[in-house]
Formats: sequence, structure tokens, C-alpha cells
Amino acid sequence: MTPSTATPAPAHAEPFLVLNGLRKVYPGVVALEGFSMSVSPGEVIGIVGENGAGKSTLMKILGGVVSPDGGTITIDGVEQSSLTVGHSFRAGIAFVHQELNLFDNLDVAANIFIGREPRMGGPLQLVDNEKQRKMAAPYLQRLGASFKPSTSLSALSLAQRQMVEIAKALSTNARLVILDEPTSSLPLSETDKLLEVIAALKAEGISVIFISHRLHEIERSADRVIVLRDGKLAGTLEKSETTHDRMVKLMIGRDIKVQAATAARPPGEIALKVVGVRTSTYPGQTVNLSLRRGEILGMAGLVGAGRTELARAIFGIDPIYGGHFELAGQPYAPRNASTAVAQGVFLVPEDRKGAGLLLDLPVSENISLPNLPAHTRNLIVARSSEVEVAETQRRNLGIKTPKITTRAANLSGGNQQKVVLGKWLAMAPKVMIFDEPTRGIDVGAKSEIYKLMRALADEGVAIMMISSDMEEVIGASDKIAVMHEGRVSGELERAQFSEENILLLAIGKHVGEGEMA
Amino acid sequence: MTKKDLGLLVLIIVVGAIVASVNPRFLRVENIANTANTIGMFGISALGQAFVIITAGIELSVGSVIALTGVLFVDLISNHGVPWEIALIIVLALGAFIGLFHGLLITRLKMQPFIVTLCGLLFYRGIARFYTGDSTAGFAFGQSFPDLEFLAAGRSFGVPNTFIAMLIIGIVMWVVLHRSIYGRYLYAVGKNEEAARYSGIKTGLIIVSAYVVCQMLTVVSSVYFAMYTRSIAPSAHGNFYELYAIAAAVLGGFSLRGGEGSIVGVLLGVVLLQELQNLVIFLNIPSSLNYAIMGGVILIGVLADQQFGAYRERRRIAEAARQPSKSQSVAAQ
Repeated sequence: MTPSTATPAPAHAEPFLVLNGLRKVYPGVVALEGFSMSVSPGEVIGIVGENGAGKSTLMKILGGVVSPDGGTITIDGVEQSSLTVGHSFRAGIAFVHQELNLFDNLDVAANIFIGREPRMGGPLQLVDNEKQRKMAAPYLQRLGASFKPSTSLSALSLAQRQMVEIAKALSTNARLVILDEPTSSLPLSETDKLLEVIAALKAEGISVIFISHRLHEIERSADRVIVLRDGKLAGTLEKSETTHDRMVKLMIGRDIKVQAATAARPPGEIALKVVGVRTSTYPGQTVNLSLRRGEILGMAGLVGAGRTELARAIFGIDPIYGGHFELAGQPYAPRNASTAVAQGVFLVPEDRKGAGLLLDLPVSENISLPNLPAHTRNLIVARSSEVEVAETQRRNLGIKTPKITTRAANLSGGNQQKVVLGKWLAMAPKVMIFDEPTRGIDVGAKSEIYKLMRALADEGVAIMMISSDMEEVIGASDKIAVMHEGRVSGELERAQFSEENILLLAIGKHVGEGEMA
Repeated sequence: MTKKDLGLLVLIIVVGAIVASVNPRFLRVENIANTANTIGMFGISALGQAFVIITAGIELSVGSVIALTGVLFVDLISNHGVPWEIALIIVLALGAFIGLFHGLLITRLKMQPFIVTLCGLLFYRGIARFYTGDSTAGFAFGQSFPDLEFLAAGRSFGVPNTFIAMLIIGIVMWVVLHRSIYGRYLYAVGKNEEAARYSGIKTGLIIVSAYVVCQMLTVVSSVYFAMYTRSIAPSAHGNFYELYAIAAAVLGGFSLRGGEGSIVGVLLGVVLLQELQNLVIFLNIPSSLNYAIMGGVILIGVLADQQFGAYRERRRIAEAARQPSKSQSVAAQ
């Protein structure tokens, strides 16, 4: 049976799992709100949504790891307000995570029965490997696996390992198998194999929830697609309605060009030029880029495309292995971050808590840290001057903190990010690099950060914004450069902005003239 | 002065009062002056160790460096006729070089401080013993250096000059650590080296400088120790002194993870340790129990401090839990 010809679930099948009005609130973020869905036996449900849409919260609730703040979970007619891990397991809900929980040094059968090994009896209670392999065989057969129970796990491909995980789920009498991004790291040939496994599960009446960013696979395999957006159910698409475009529309949901209104200005002169630069991660590739004053250059690409490495090199944290930089036409060779800071090149790093801030220090000392010499009288740090500058940033950026001397650790993510911004804005930025500036920040603070970036650009600062959030890149940039495996695979002007174009460049393909939106 | 420092001060006074009530001779001027002298010498070396510990490092070679620069200093002035001022400059330069060497190994070649300085501990001890042919270095009969002896072993207004030196160095170091940019950078590097680097601080330079400062202060104390004992057996002189310094810093509220601690704290730690040494004598405790008492007190002290901190944190949370919630106004729909 091929996935594309999967038969629809029997119409009379009653749902055995019903979620109703689920709600989960984290400090500052509503992760899930009024979410309802049901799962019938033998149904394949695709769940899509952007990062932060609430998918992982939903999975954690189903796994019994977090308790919802509201709503009910009904399994086989029994209504509950939350699940425990044990309850979820006994109800037959099994997870196959992106990170597989398998042991490389054991064979397939041992992996399936880990912790539940059949024993030989006698005083030593040794593991009965023969029996274990015989017990494992039928599960592998049902999934159409080509490998044997005695095969060592280390000999298997990634898709085959996922099959082992699924076999493990079957051996616990799972009724619902939840696959979390199972194909994100699979090559295409392997993906087909996994979709066949999903079809095999369905044929046995086992339900599957399939979470993926790869919409084409969802389109092929799901009976029903649930789209999440900002913690809410954005829509449900039946098999017949499931098209790529409709899913994207529901995922994005709103007018994504909101931020983009002010781009009529001509771009300024070149502030930073990257000429043939090689970084340590991709020494075989060169990067060429120009960053203009007054412009926000969005840096898109897949995780690991070399964007952060480039940012670190520009900021002088990492050495470069070829090429050079020019800052306003002058040679610029930062040997360390101190050189970069002295020349007005600042970085707001991806790892806010680890690299952006000293969490144990007060807000004021975080803000003054890069510019301490300016707060010094006779070699002694003048606290009054420090506090004054920090207060100015607090007002300008709207940093919500009880006191300016509160430890940075006690602030919310969005306010912490503003503190990182504040420490640079208190100096005179020429080039600002933002690496994933809104990751883990709630929606309100996000739009404030976009506004601040735009205001900086309007003042003539050249801005590079690295982001893996498509909506953000498209909405906040004046121009987009896409990186693929250590090189810039293409640049997009405003008129060419689209998720498709970015994605094509991100996977290393060309954007043809005809395909441009 | 933080609460922690205050607690330590109270402990010092309470222990002192108990010992004095059992044996009033504890409070005799001569005993206090002698104890102040050892406090001064150990205090100077502990101040250096404190700088390294703030950067989340450790300097284990202190005792061996005290032996090496001690024998070198004594040899230079007694056998080679080098004026003591010149000899002092030579050993200070050697100390700076050793600190620089350690610092560069740690920052440039990414070696762990523990390993680098552990090797130093063995290496410098070996060199000190080889240099003297494993024989005791000392002064010839009748040799005398009045200026040096006054500075190193004399008293001003009844106060040992070593103690005065420690106070002066302590005050300078207090300003450097708690008020200057350099001190800020030291704490920042110790708290989170990555974030400090991303703020444009030359973290490598700061760390190297801490080891240089540590070794130079070690050399100063080494000269005092040399002039105090006046004869140096290179196989035993200074043994364990690095551990006294580390213990004093830990008692004084330093974290071996870096970024925490104060000058007042480490000096109070030194005072407590010397008081304990002294107590063994005055309470007629067998001197073989000396280390056991020190170890026990440090363990209990740090344990009590952490438990008290955890208790306060639990109380703070319990307090906050009684307050009506501010953010439960999120509507269900």
C-alpha cells in the first residue's frame, strides 16, 4: 500500500481521544488557548504550525509532562483535566521524538524491549536474547522492515531507527503514535519509507499524529490536517481540502507585510562589506555581502547554514580563514569583540542568557559593561553615571524592571533582550547584528523589538537580522540574503519576498525569474 | 560589609571569647601580635589567590612558589651579596613571569587551571630542592639586614609590619576589586566569560592578569615567610599554603565557580583560620589534631552558610506564594 492511496478511516469509527478547550499559560505567553481536537482509530492527523504556535505544548500535555490550565482530556469516555506520564502510557499514547531514545550498542530486539527484557529464569535471571528476538520479529514484520531483530542498531539508517522506535511503541500496545518532526532530518528516499510505515499503522487501525514542517509529506499522508497558530486552532482541513497553499495561509494567518511599510527610502551607502570571507565551519565556501546604512538585511537559511558563524566573525569572536571585511570603505579586521565594539559594530547574540547578559548582575551593570571607561572618574567606576545611562535606556526602550538594580535574571525574556539592546544603544552603533532577536519572546515584545530595529535603521544604522522565523524575515527586512551551507545562495529584493523563494534558496536551489512572486 | 562577612566576624569573636574564657593567656599582647604577624603573611597570599578564584580559576602552585622564591631570595642576599631591594625585584619579576606563564597556558592554550597549577606545584618544588641541593637555605651567622628585617619582622606602634602591609595591600585591592573597571571586568569574567567576551571585554587579558597579580602577591608573602623563618627547608617550606589561601577564600564567601567574594571576606577567612591554629595551642588540644579541626570548621562553616542561604530562599518563595497572584487575570477565552 502506498501512502498516496491510503484509504480514509472508516466513517463509523468513534473517536477514543477527545481534547476540549485546552489552555496553557506560561508567564507572559499564552501557549495554548481553547484548543479542541479528536482522534479516531486508524486516523492519520497532520499538525502544522510555525515555531511557537503551540505544537510542543500540545504534545507535552498529551504525554502527561505538563498539566493544562483549563479544558478537558477524554480518553475512552473518561474525562480528565490532565494526564500523568503513566496514564498517557497506559492509554496507549506513544511518542517518537526527533531525538531518538535508542542505544547504539544494542541490537534491534534489545532496543525494543529495553527495561522489559524476557528472562531465562533461575537465580541469575539472565536476559533471554533468543526469546527477545522472536518476540520482536512480528512487530518488525508488520511495519515492513527489511532488517532483522538481531541487527545491531548502529548498522541502521535514521529512518530504520525510527522504525525501531515505532516497533517499540507497537510492542507496548500503542493506539496512537505521535511522530514529532520525524522527517526533518531524513533524506527524501528515506522519507518515503517512513510514509509507508505510517500507512501500515493506519491499516492496522492505529492512529498517527504526524507533526512536520514539510507540508508536502503532510499533504500526502494525512487524513486531516490541524493548523495551529499562536496557541489557537487556526483551522482544520479535511483530506480533500489539504493543499500546500491553504495550509500556509492558515499558518501565517495575518497580513505579514505589516512592518514593511517604510521601505520607500533609497538605501544608504555601504556600511559593511564582507568580501570572500571563509569561516571555520565552512572553510571551503566564501561569503560576499554588503550591508547598507538605514537598511535591515534579513539573513535567512536553515539552521547550521553558517549565519551565526558569519555574525561571530564580523564581531571578532571567531577568526576568519580568508577574505576580509570593510567598514565604511576602510579595512576592518576585528581581532576580538573589543575591536569590534570600539568601531561601533555590535552583536545581539542568539544565546541571550549565556552570551548576551550576565544574569547575576543588575540591569544597570549589564548596560554599562561594554562602556565602563565612559563611566569612570579617576579609574573608579561612578555608579551615578552608570545608573543615569541605564535609566535613560530603561525609559527609551520601555524595559520593565522593578528597579534598575534588579538582577537581569529576574526579567522576562523580552525585557532581557531589551537590556542587551540597551547596552549597545547607550553607545553609538554603526552596524548592529541581531541573531534570532525574538526567539522565546512573546508577541507583544516582538513587535516592540521590530519597531526598535526600524527606528535604528531610520537613524542610519546598518542592521543585519539573522532569523529562522520566515514571517519575521519577510515582515521586518528591507532585503533578504539567504545562506546555504556556508555561502550566500541568493539575495531577494522586497518584490521577490516569499516563503517559497526563501525556502528554495535555503535548500540551495536557484530562484528562477518565472518562479519569483 | 555583607551579611556573610558580618556572620564570619561574629564567629571569629565568639570563638575568640570562648578560647579567652578557657585560657585568658589567649588575649595576651604577645600572642595577639604573633597571630597578627601570621595573619599578615597568610593574608597577603590569600588576597592573591582570591583574584584567581574570582575568575573561576585556581592557583595550586602557591606553596611551591613560596619555597622557590624564598630560597632564591635568601640565597641572593646572603651568598651573592645582592642588595635586598634588587633581590626583591628579581623574585617579583620571577613571580610575574610564572603568573604570566600560567595565565597564557590557561587562556591561549585552553588548559585547565587545576592541571596547569598542579604541574606548577610539583615543578617549582622540584626546582627549589634542586637549586639548594635539597639543603636548608639560611643566613650565615651574624648576617643582618636591618631595613629588611624591620619591614619584614619588625613592629610599628606594637603592630607587626606584616599585618600593616596586609592592610595596605588589602585596601588597595579592595578599591581595585570593588570600585575599579578592572574589578568589574574580573567579576564579569568570573560570572560568565562568554557574556563578558560578547560585551567587548578582553577576557584572556583579564584572566592572565589575575594569575600575575596572584603570583606577585605570593612572592611578597614569600619574602615575609623567608624573613620570618630565616631558614628554609625547600622540601617542606610553604607546604599546603595554597590550600590555606583557598580555604580562607571559601570561608570568606568565594565560590570556586567564580564571580563571587569580597576582600573583607577573604581576610576574615584568614583571621579565622589563624585563630583556629592558635586555639589548638591554648585549649591544650593535641597539635596533631590541627588539620582535622581546620577541615571540620571549614566544612561546617560552608555547609551552614549554604543551608542558611537555601532556608532564606525557601522562606522567600513561601512568602511570595502567600501573596495574591498578579497574573491570573488571563481570560479563559
